Amino acid sequence: MRKIFASVVLILLPITGIAAGTSVHLEDMKPDLHDKASLQRGLSLFSNYCLGCHEAGYARFERAATDLGIPADLFTENLLPTNKKIGDLMSNAMADADAKTWFGAAPPDLTLGARVRGSDWVYSYLQAFYEDETRPWGVNNTVYPNVGMPNVLEALQGVRYMTCAQAPAFDENNKPLFDTLTGEALTEEKCNTVVQKTKGQLSEKEFERVAYDLTNFLVYMGEPSRLQSEALGLKVLLFIVLFGIFAHLLSKEYWREIGH
Amino acid sequence: MAELKGLLGWVDARLPVVEAYEKHLSKYYAPKNFNFLYIFGVLSLVVLVNQILTGVWLTMSFTPSAEDAFASVEYIMRDVEYGWLIRYMHSTGASAFFVVIYMHMFRGLLYGSYQKPRELVWLFGMAIYLMLMAEAFMGYLLPWGQMSYWGAQVIISLFGAIPLIGPDLAQWVRGDYLISGITLNRFFSLHVIALPLVIVALVVLHLLALHHVGSNNPKGVDIKKHKDKDGIPLDGIPFHPFYTVHDIVGIAVFLFVFCAVIFFFPEMGGYFLEKPNFEAANPLKTPEHIAPVWYFTPFYAILRAVTFPLFGLDAKFWGVVAMGGAIAILFVLPWLDRSPVKSMLYKGWISRIFLVSFCISFVILGVLGVLPSTDGRTLVAQIASVVYFAFFILMPWYTRWESTKTVPERV
Repeated sequence: MRKIFASVVLILLPITGIAAGTSVHLEDMKPDLHDKASLQRGLSLFSNYCLGCHEAGYARFERAATDLGIPADLFTENLLPTNKKIGDLMSNAMADADAKTWFGAAPPDLTLGARVRGSDWVYSYLQAFYEDETRPWGVNNTVYPNVGMPNVLEALQGVRYMTCAQAPAFDENNKPLFDTLTGEALTEEKCNTVVQKTKGQLSEKEFERVAYDLTNFLVYMGEPSRLQSEALGLKVLLFIVLFGIFAHLLSKEYWREIGH
Repeated sequence: MAELKGLLGWVDARLPVVEAYEKHLSKYYAPKNFNFLYIFGVLSLVVLVNQILTGVWLTMSFTPSAEDAFASVEYIMRDVEYGWLIRYMHSTGASAFFVVIYMHMFRGLLYGSYQKPRELVWLFGMAIYLMLMAEAFMGYLLPWGQMSYWGAQVIISLFGAIPLIGPDLAQWVRGDYLISGITLNRFFSLHVIALPLVIVALVVLHLLALHHVGSNNPKGVDIKKHKDKDGIPLDGIPFHPFYTVHDIVGIAVFLFVFCAVIFFFPEMGGYFLEKPNFEAANPLKTPEHIAPVWYFTPFYAILRAVTFPLFGLDAKFWGVVAMGGAIAILFVLPWLDRSPVKSMLYKGWISRIFLVSFCISFVILGVLGVLPSTDGRTLVAQIASVVYFAFFILMPWYTRWESTKTVPERV
């Protein structure tokens, strides 16, 4: 009986990992929507590096500026594309047909990108480009193999290439492995390891920050009401608790005569 | 006050409002031993009202066309004041509806609430459940995301498995060769007008039938057998005020959980709002894994569990038959149960084991319906499907054969 139960549990277990789907190791990224500075940097990166090709066609500049605490005049002066008004949607002028010719596929709308893929995926993807001469743009991506996008952040990140090298080891659940005696992280030789070839404008740590800020902004843009929702939610729940207490007392008062 | 009384008298002389109030609330005598499982009927009314009100407001800003539907949902989420709240109330409400309805049905199974004289109450309830499934299915297409589109594509293509008329029937439902703006528009019409009307009418019938025969209770005791000199059941108490004040507490507990989901995790880990649905529908790009929303998955798992052709008809057809049968068999439940007692408290151990195995198999099927199928999972789904049907098909024998305990005279 126990065996049957165990095998049923094993068969049903993957339900927790349903959204994962991919076997690629993804870096952990915890968004922080309270970090306005990070979101502002993310917005600035987004409009400078992404918005040329991608759209955020469901989001408005003004909403992002207001939510992130950027004064409208400052925003208009520095971040707003010249052909746009601040109340406009973040769409661009690239025709789908042109985009198909240039990239093989139209760049996806990014308004909800982080909600579709998850923050870990976006954060890892942005850092996962490497040199690959067989690809039209000369780069490939370990998280999204054969992606049609060039590495637009290459000037910041520098050029990286794939080779055989010592890399952190992971178990089958994508958890880092450690030496049981010394506690040090274990490594193993992997031939799909990406290493730095030439330095970019930023150090590795600084570039991680760039990827974090950009991902953080995309998470915000996926659901701009998140913080408002949580703030209001606390008040609503508190009200329901108080209401429930009084409702319970009232009910008790009535039911006294039934004796239940 | 005197004016109000006068107004009431005026209306009452023309419309039996006082009589209706007494019949359904202040002089509707319900057994005094209801437990917490009896809250789910009231909660489904609360959710129904929530769905109708939020639905009305969503309809004000939603555009039912293939070109604009997805964008108009994002417009609601971003540009409409508190649009995100209205939308999450509606999307969470859909799942909440099935949670409370499944609990409500479980209560009915546990205490034999479908037995004579409540067969019609059960039938109306089942009709509501069926309409609710259609309502949820059609509503899910409206945001026009990837899962909306491909989920509908998969489910409607099931009609195609019916011999001879299948493909034409599927096309007739879609109104097109594949899911298109035409399908979206007709689903919108059915979702916001036709089905809600039918559901509300059925809810009225469900309650009228219930109030005509009176409520069952956890012990299955007939409270009408013992009345006082005024004809009031000795074990009955007026629904209002006793159960109204009592239910308000239950509603508060429900709303706490409901609002926690709405405000803090409306996606519910991808089960209430599936991740691929944040991408607009694309007829040229099939998602890696298509799974129906969680409340349909037990039946979807039964569909997939049938993997063998029979009598020259392919497995898909028999899968559809099994899935339809799994729902249809619920309708005849009042005539399958031959037990002299209603409640599980007084039925024998065979009935209890069957009910427990039925519930476990339903949950297992629900989980399997979410996952991609493998050989092992298909086998488990087949076993669970057999248990699901055995609960009903063997019921006329085991309920009659087993020995039961004596039901007390009073609660």
